[in-house]
Amino acid sequence: MRPLIAERAPRRVAAPPPPIADHPRDPAPSIWSYRIERLWLTPAFRRVVRLGLPSFVVVFGLGLYFANDQSRTEFVAHLQELRQSIEGRPEFRVNVMAISGASEAVENDIRAYLGLSFPMSSFDLDLTAMRSRIEALPAVAQADLRLQAGGYLAVNVRERVPAVVWQTREGAVLIDAEGHFVADLAARTLDSPLPLIGGDGADLVVGEALALYAAAAPLGDRLLGLVRIGERRWDVVLKDERRILLPEAGAVQALDRALGLHDATDILNRDVLRLDLRDADRLSVTLTPAAMEELRQERIRARTNPTGEQSG
Amino acid sequence: MNTLYHAQRAMRAKRQDALKRGVVAVLDIGSHKVSCLVLKFDAAETVSPAEGIGAMAGQASVRIIGAATTRSRGMRFGEIESLQETERAIRTAVQAAQKMAQIRVDHVIVSFAGGRPRSYGLEGEVDIGGGTVENTDVARVLAACDLPDLGAGREVLHAQPVNFALDHRSGLTDPRGHVGNRLSVDLHLLSIEAAAIETLLHCVKRCDLELAGLASAPYAAGISSLVEDEQELGAACIDLGGGTASLSIFIKKHMIYADTVRMGGDHVTSDISHGLQIPMADAERIKCRFGGVIATGLDDREVIELTGETGDWHHDRRTATRAELIGVMRPRVEEILEEVRVRLDAAGFDHLPSQRIVLTGGASQIPGLDGLASRILGNQVRLGRPLRVQGLPQSAAGPAFSSLVGLALFAAYPQDEWWDFETPAERLPARSLKRAAKWLRENW
Repeated sequence: MRPLIAERAPRRVAAPPPPIADHPRDPAPSIWSYRIERLWLTPAFRRVVRLGLPSFVVVFGLGLYFANDQSRTEFVAHLQELRQSIEGRPEFRVNVMAISGASEAVENDIRAYLGLSFPMSSFDLDLTAMRSRIEALPAVAQADLRLQAGGYLAVNVRERVPAVVWQTREGAVLIDAEGHFVADLAARTLDSPLPLIGGDGADLVVGEALALYAAAAPLGDRLLGLVRIGERRWDVVLKDERRILLPEAGAVQALDRALGLHDATDILNRDVLRLDLRDADRLSVTLTPAAMEELRQERIRARTNPTGEQSG
Repeated sequence: MNTLYHAQRAMRAKRQDALKRGVVAVLDIGSHKVSCLVLKFDAAETVSPAEGIGAMAGQASVRIIGAATTRSRGMRFGEIESLQETERAIRTAVQAAQKMAQIRVDHVIVSFAGGRPRSYGLEGEVDIGGGTVENTDVARVLAACDLPDLGAGREVLHAQPVNFALDHRSGLTDPRGHVGNRLSVDLHLLSIEAAAIETLLHCVKRCDLELAGLASAPYAAGISSLVEDEQELGAACIDLGGGTASLSIFIKKHMIYADTVRMGGDHVTSDISHGLQIPMADAERIKCRFGGVIATGLDDREVIELTGETGDWHHDRRTATRAELIGVMRPRVEEILEEVRVRLDAAGFDHLPSQRIVLTGGASQIPGLDGLASRILGNQVRLGRPLRVQGLPQSAAGPAFSSLVGLALFAAYPQDEWWDFETPAERLPARSLKRAAKWLRENW
């Protein structure tokens, strides 16, 4: 094809060299950048670099650090320090222990027994153990511990109430209705007189003793106490050395019978040393020696004077 | 041919391996641009192209996850001229596509237009003795085709069985299971220069990629820009590329002819550069902006500034009208189309029932080209664009990308080729054993 413009002689004017900045940069990647990009786009390699390598570094670094004994102890010490600094914060501090429901003596006992020095951290308080320790005190029936806001340890105590005085060989002690030891008699001042019981094994049947006391109320202040005999039955001891011997079973009914007899015949005001109700079929009494002598004289007199009137 | 057979089978195995991995790249190495797509195959959705379901209906299983295009370098007439430069262009395209896809691709399917493709129609005939047609019979009849003399240094690129005939029945796409006496086959064979393949292989290997398939660019362009009935009834696809204009003729969904004209859009650009005395880059820009092939009266009044940086005031402030530009472009475009006409005539396109011609490729975007082409090629000319494939970016949907998109479709649904069948020599013992078993059954 013929060109539209006729060819001319080449120009003599040299074209200025184009500025270098105008040259487009070669867009082709170099062989190594191409290979590296391909490697980076390999899913397995990507996973290894992004997940495997950091985790390896972390695990290896930790292993290296803890391989050293000293650094391990340092780490543990640091951890404990941290723990203590948290435990020592005022939010967890317990300042006061308040004991409610206990008498002053018991309260002092509890404080001395627990031996806590306030203020202390609530993390150091083992409430369950403290509760079992408080409940191990003889005067305490039940204890209730709780931590309250404001650094306040509330101890709610229910004391054992002494029900009877138990005279043992070693001395008199107070026990409650279930037979638990409460205190020595000498250690307490009683508001009102308590029933007195005695004998081995009497503390095991305090309930029965209390029932007998209730039944023996008509005797008033003549009643001295109850004595457990042979760990199986009761004797009611009156002030003038008289005794009512009760059977093993049905002691309260037997006592009622004796009191009924007393109402009818005024038997306990007579010269009777013992009223024996142990055999339900046969009531027997033991007379005082003087009455016994009198009875013997009476019988002799009746034998020598057979015409005498029969007396009741 | 046996080594080629094994090479093609190895390539096929690699392609299947890539499909199993789910990611494969397709690369169209053209004279004007190198473009790359990264395809992802969703194994769960794979639909086998059964009867009644066309290849286009099943394309849902392939998705494009990366696309990149770069200016081609070191290419002329669709052939690699400077290997290092082309390698850099391939690296640029592949890297950008990989970056978009965020995954590494190892297998690549390449198409290129160069290497002077030459088509041969072969036929083979074999006697199958009245039984049903088995795989081995198909392999035998394919082997019975006598190979023409391809010439020195030429290799087979495609060898596709186009048509099977059994006795008097012709037009069978798959003869297996039919009963007959004589099985014959028509085979389309496309040969190209071996040196072009070797250079390409070397180039791809230097980019750390594995070649999983090769396709001729006109074939790929035909797959994507001919619609299904055009492929069925017969049509020619003309891919007007940068360095070459390649043409392929399809009928019954098979390519039966392919050829290239070693002229293309770059020659138009160089004509403009010569004719208007401007640099190639400016010529390319002016061609794309103002180019055309049919001048009107208005074009005389449209003035194009031809700027330059020579320092010569008169030279740097020249102008040309659009009519002048068209006057430069039109003869070259006519020359290309006439050359294509010659090739179509040589192929016997006149004798096909359908005379449909589809123009595609980057140079088909010249305004008015369809009018000019219908004057030269016949009046059933239309402009073609590639099919839409899921995930195809808008920038790669133009006609310049039809061979790239066709390659993606080719990767998803490769047509049967000759190397998909076992060589009959390996089956001969099996046949004699079968015959012995048959004899035993009949006589005992």
